[in-house]
Amino acid sequence: MTAAVARASAKAEPLLQVRELDKHFGPVQALYHVNLDLPAGKVTALVGDNGAGKSVLTKCISGVYQVDHGQFLWEGKEAHIRSTRDAARLGIETVYQDLALADNLDIVQNMFLGRERTRSGLLDEDNMERAAAETLAGLRVTTVRSIRQPVASLSGGQRQSIAVAKAVMWNSKLVIMDEPTAALGVVQTKQVLDLTRRLRDRGLAVMVISHNLNDVFEVADRIAVMYLGRLVIQEDASTFDRQSVVEYMTTGGLSRSDGRRAREN
Amino acid sequence: MADAPEKTELTTAPDVDLTAVPDVVAEVPPALVAQSLGEYVRAWVSRISAGESGVLPVVVAMVAIVVVFWTISPNHVFLSAVNLVNLFQQSAVIMVLAMAEGFALVLGEIDLSVGFVGACGAAITVQLVQPLTTNWPWWAAIIAGLGFCAAFGAIQGTLITRLRLPSFIVTLAGFLIANGLFLIILAFGPFSGYPNLQGFSNNLKIVYNLMWGTIDPTISWVLAAVVVAGVGFSMWLSDHRRRTSGLVAPPASLTFIKIGLIAAVAIVVVAICNTNRAVFGVLEGVPWVIPIVLAVLGAWTILLQRTKYGRYVYAIGGNPEAARRAGVDLAVVRTVGFALCSMTAGMGMMLYASLLGGMNNNVQGGQYVLFAVAAAVIGGTSLMGGRGKPLHGVLGGLVIGGIYNGMYLQGYSFEAQYIVTGLVLLGAVTIDALSRRGATSGSVSRI
Repeated sequence: MTAAVARASAKAEPLLQVRELDKHFGPVQALYHVNLDLPAGKVTALVGDNGAGKSVLTKCISGVYQVDHGQFLWEGKEAHIRSTRDAARLGIETVYQDLALADNLDIVQNMFLGRERTRSGLLDEDNMERAAAETLAGLRVTTVRSIRQPVASLSGGQRQSIAVAKAVMWNSKLVIMDEPTAALGVVQTKQVLDLTRRLRDRGLAVMVISHNLNDVFEVADRIAVMYLGRLVIQEDASTFDRQSVVEYMTTGGLSRSDGRRAREN
Repeated sequence: MADAPEKTELTTAPDVDLTAVPDVVAEVPPALVAQSLGEYVRAWVSRISAGESGVLPVVVAMVAIVVVFWTISPNHVFLSAVNLVNLFQQSAVIMVLAMAEGFALVLGEIDLSVGFVGACGAAITVQLVQPLTTNWPWWAAIIAGLGFCAAFGAIQGTLITRLRLPSFIVTLAGFLIANGLFLIILAFGPFSGYPNLQGFSNNLKIVYNLMWGTIDPTISWVLAAVVVAGVGFSMWLSDHRRRTSGLVAPPASLTFIKIGLIAAVAIVVVAICNTNRAVFGVLEGVPWVIPIVLAVLGAWTILLQRTKYGRYVYAIGGNPEAARRAGVDLAVVRTVGFALCSMTAGMGMMLYASLLGGMNNNVQGGQYVLFAVAAAVIGGTSLMGGRGKPLHGVLGGLVIGGIYNGMYLQGYSFEAQYIVTGLVLLGAVTIDALSRRGATSGSVSRI
């Protein structure tokens, strides 16, 4: 298993190392010996065509799915992620593209959903409201006028910002963002990408799953490419150009060098 | 929305960035940032014109019912103290059933079984206090009845959540099963006939008094004062705490107006109840059923609005997937919700048994389900889940009870009463659907 630690970036030890991950659903092999490093203070973009296994990998890391084989090294030590609670305990938070917020609840209620603070058995609304306001101010999410407004009244970018703020409230160390800019306009996309950079500057490890290569090149420090359930390459973003990323995504390799090998596997 | 975040300083007043984006101003519910009474009134008006009317329609409906029936009822008897107390006693059953149904509706489900499951529980209680057979103490009989209901609801909830069966079908089956069980329980009646609550046994009397007992007029005033003072103080305290900790709070004048309104309602209700309502002799004082309904209202309001469990109920009704990802155990919350729904229905039907002075096979369990759903929806609870309060059930119950009572005084037939109730239910559901559609199209246009 250790032999596969080939491509780990040699600088500092990554926050999370995924080693030789396998996952299958019935006869379908969704992930095949996946190795991935997620260093702190970096934005890692995970790209790949539809069905490449991005979502499955994300869900394995965030504890939604259990892996068949493989290993997670969290801060260098082996960790078991068998449920979303396990992931949350380690400090892994996932911002889902959709379905993450309850429209009928207000911003504070959404941010504390599942982790409400109570005082003698009853909800401590004032305490939660203050903490939510502090987190939003710290992330410079200031466009919402009242944090007691229902989430239904927010724009797409604001909703995404709230979802991110919700994720970082819990001293999380790794934030996974699933298609954070899909369905957003230009200005709102910029807002969310700025927010992503701010998370990185705070020293968090950020993983962004995206289809949009513009966004990827704008925000990512590292790029990892998946192809048919395999992680074919992960390198600093500067070593890629748009052409090479597309080629890795569509063929699993560069046609000049190792493209054929990837396809044979 | 459309401003660049880096221009915004941490300490910038929100209004500053909003000047660049006028569309946001329209989105924010103005009541949330209003600081003075004037702003509150304006916010309220704009909320109503935007289709977010809250309890206003049901209050308007109540006023309309009062005016219409007062005008047309013979000798204006509709507003007499006798009739108003009568009306409240009849409505109380519907109110409690509507609060029961509220649990299912807020979860985004429906429970069609409340009428007969509640009737089973009530029949068990009435049977158990019969002095000639079991002769249980009243409290044990009530606990047994409510326990049966809770267990029945928990079984239905388990089927719905674990086997993922639609609540509509499971509770429809439950409705039929409970109907059968109800008749079986009735057949255990002492000797022949159906169990009733007439007699000299103390246990019988207490169950009978749930609806018919009255509190001494002086004590009624004292209790009303205590309740108003308690509610008012807690409202003032929570606002005060927010204000001192620097959070946005409604103006103090608004809090005092609300407390004043509650006090006014309490005074009117107690004054009406304290008039002598008997033709011969003396019948005065607040009926027990009023504090009973208020206690259920208070308990379920606190449970739904002030506890984690209640928060999860709303979250599941609004977006089950978000709740699941937040680590909420959907199956447990839903199952408990159905158990609470059935148990509250048991309370409602116990009041009904007391109103009837016993239990018999004429209990219209099916009709009461529709009343319960109609009352909750008329009060402002959404059929689509995620929105609704126990208070809605109480207000809606008053509307339905008012319509029934008024039409009864006019001597309308049952046929007409059914049709009118059906039309009112349709109207309420239409308002709910339209306001929901308005909100959806609004958020789509914002994206």
